[in-house]
Amino acid sequence: MSEKSKPRIGVYICHCGTNIAATVDVAAVAEYAQSLPGVVKARHYTYMCSEPGQALIKEDARALGLNRVVVASCSPRMHEPTFRGAAQEGGVNPYRTEMANIREQCSWVHHDRDAATAKAKSLVASAVAKATHLDPLEEREVGVQPGAVVIGGGVAGMMAALDVADAGFPVTLVEKSDRLGGHAAGLNRTFPDLEPTAEWLTPLIERVQSHPRVTVLLGAQVEEVTGFVGNFELTVAQGEERQKIGAGAIIIATGYDIFDPRRKPELGYGRYPGVVTTWELEQRVAAGDLTVAGRTPKDVAFVKCVGSRDVQLGNAYCSRVCCMVAAKQAQLVKQLLPEARVNVFYMDVRTFGKRGEEFYDEARRAGVLYRRGNVSEVYARGERLVVRVEDTFLRRTVEHETDLVVLAVGMEPRLDAGAISALLKLPRSADGFFLEAHPKLGPVDTATSGVFLAGCCQAPKDIPDTVAQAKAAASSALIPLLRGTVPIESATAVVDAELCAGCGMCVEVCPYGAPALDPLWGVSRVNAVLCKGCGACAVTCPSKAIRLQHFTPVQILAQVDALVE
Amino acid sequence: MSNQEPFEPRIVAFLCNWCTYTGADLAGTSRIQYPPNVRIIRLMCSGSVDPTYVLKALLDGADGVLIGGCHPGDCHYQSGNYKARRRIVALKEIVKQAGLDEDRIWLRWISASEGQRFADTVSQMTEALRAKGPNPMRQEWAV
Repeated sequence: MSEKSKPRIGVYICHCGTNIAATVDVAAVAEYAQSLPGVVKARHYTYMCSEPGQALIKEDARALGLNRVVVASCSPRMHEPTFRGAAQEGGVNPYRTEMANIREQCSWVHHDRDAATAKAKSLVASAVAKATHLDPLEEREVGVQPGAVVIGGGVAGMMAALDVADAGFPVTLVEKSDRLGGHAAGLNRTFPDLEPTAEWLTPLIERVQSHPRVTVLLGAQVEEVTGFVGNFELTVAQGEERQKIGAGAIIIATGYDIFDPRRKPELGYGRYPGVVTTWELEQRVAAGDLTVAGRTPKDVAFVKCVGSRDVQLGNAYCSRVCCMVAAKQAQLVKQLLPEARVNVFYMDVRTFGKRGEEFYDEARRAGVLYRRGNVSEVYARGERLVVRVEDTFLRRTVEHETDLVVLAVGMEPRLDAGAISALLKLPRSADGFFLEAHPKLGPVDTATSGVFLAGCCQAPKDIPDTVAQAKAAASSALIPLLRGTVPIESATAVVDAELCAGCGMCVEVCPYGAPALDPLWGVSRVNAVLCKGCGACAVTCPSKAIRLQHFTPVQILAQVDALVE
Repeated sequence: MSNQEPFEPRIVAFLCNWCTYTGADLAGTSRIQYPPNVRIIRLMCSGSVDPTYVLKALLDGADGVLIGGCHPGDCHYQSGNYKARRRIVALKEIVKQAGLDEDRIWLRWISASEGQRFADTVSQMTEALRAKGPNPMRQEWAV
C-alpha cells in the first residue's frame, strides 16, 4: 500500500490561548516538528479546537494530501474525538490521528520554559513516531438496549427516572430501602420559601409509582454490573430473588449519609437531651413541640458546620445546605416561640442559590442573632446548657447559656459508596464522593461512558441543584438511547493466523471471551464485537500472533525510540 | 550529555488510560508542579505493557521506567493490573539476574483522582534516579 508506506503528516501545535504558549515556545516546537521525518507541514495556532483551528487541519489535509494528523494540545481525553472528526472531514482516516498532551502533562505542570519546551518537543516526536505507524481503522457501532436503570430513589433518582421514562424509555428504579423519597422525606419544610415538603414530594413519588414506564424495585440492591455503554446487564437482588436487567445507560443517584455528631463528642450529642441535630428539629418543628425535659426553651442556639469544613475529621468540604437549613429552622423556631432568643453560631454564612441571601436577611429581620464564632464545647450547667464559643470578632472565648442546642450536621459520602464504586469502577474524589468526568464540562458524566451521576452522591447540594443535575443526567443518558446505536471500540485485537500456534493462552487470559480457537484451523480468532481493546492477549501471546490495533508493538516501540533517542 | 551539566534522569512512563493517565491529567488541571523528567506513553491498560517495552526503554538509555495502573480491584478491564503486577515482578527478577538494576523499574497504582500522588511519584522517582546516576545499561549494551 503506497498510502501506508509513505506517511504525509501534518503537525498542529496549539497555544490554547496562553495555557500552553505562556510556558512552551510553540513556534520552536513547530519548527522542530517540521524537521521530523514524514512531516509535510507543521503549524502553531491559538486554538486548534476552534472552528478556524479545525479548518486548518481540513484544508491542509486536502491541499497537501495528508494521510496522518498529529495535534499537540490538551489531553486526548478532552479533544481526541474533535480532532479525529476534523481529520476525517479532511479525508484522513480518524484513527490516523495522534495527540501529544502538552497542556495537562506539560505546560500546566512545569514552570521552566526551556524544560517544558524540550519536553513538548519530545512528546511531539513521540506522537509523530506513533502516527507514522498508525493503520486506518473502521468506525463500528452496535445497537443499544432501549432502557435505563436508576440506582437510588431519592429526589435525584426519581427526577432522572421520570425524564427518561417521559422520553419514552422503560426505567427500572432500584431503591435499597423500603420507600421512595430519600432524605427529602425527612424534611418538614424547605428553604427558601418554607413550603411544606410533602406538597411537592408526595405528588412526585406518586407520579413515579404510577408511571407506566417506571418499574420501582424497593428493598433492592444492584449486585453486579457487566457490559458497556448501550448494553449493560445488571443483576438486582430483591430479598431472595435475583433478576437480570438490561440497560443502555445507568444513572447513579445513591445520595449521602448524614454526619453523625457523636464523632464530635465535645458537642454533647447523645449525652444531653437538649442537644439535637437539624434533622431531629425538623420533626420537632413539624410536631410543634420544642420542649426539653418538659420545659419550653427560652434560648435556642444553632451550631453550624458540624461535620463540614473540618479538616481534622477529613471533611474539608462545605456541605452547602446547612447555612440555609439553619436559617430556615431559626425562622420556624421564632414562629413557634416568639419570646425565645435564637442565636446562630457560624464560621461563615453561605447563602448559595436563588433567593438564598434574601432568605438569610428574612431570618435576621425575624430577630435571629447571627454570631461569628467557632463552637468548641457544649456542657450542662444545672438545668441549662452552655455553648462555649470562640468569638472570632472579639477574639475571646464566650460562654452562652441556652436550653436547646441544634447541630447543623453536614453530608458525608455514603458508607457503601466504596461498594458502589467497585461495582461500576467509579473513581471517587479525595472527599469520598463520586468523581465526575470533568469538573466543569462533565459534571454528570463519569470515567465510564454510559454511567451518569445525579444528586449528592457526586457532592453535597441542595434540592434545586439536585434536580438540575438529575435532569442533566437523564438527558445525557438519553443520548445513547435516542441514537439507538453506540460506537464500539475500533482498536480491537487481531490475530495473524500464520503466526498463531493455537496454544489458547489468549482464550484463557481474556476477561470477555473474545478470542476462541477455530476448531477447523486450530488457530485463534477474535470476535471483534466482544473485544474491548485492553491488549492483555497481545502481551500474553508467546508467538506475538495477536496484536492490539492502534497500540501495536511497532507503534509503541517507535514512541519509546523517539522519547529516549 | 556534557560533563558540565548536572545529571537529569529521563523517565519513560507507560500509563493506563483509565486511571494513571487520567490522574496525570488531574495533576495538570490542578496545576501541581513536578519535575519535567517524565515522558508519558498512553496505553489502554497496564496489563498491555509488554516487558519488551520496558527493556527497550532501558536499553535505549532511559534512566527509569514507570508503569502506572489502576488500584487492585479497580481495573477497567477487570484484571489487567494483576496481570501487569505478575509480569513486572517476573521482569524485575530477570533484570536482576542479568546483573542489572531492577530498581529502575517502578510499578505504581495511581487512580484518576490521585493527581497529587502522580506528581509525588514522579518527584520521588526523579530523586531516586538522580541518586543512582545515569543508567549504565546503555553503555553495556552499546556495540
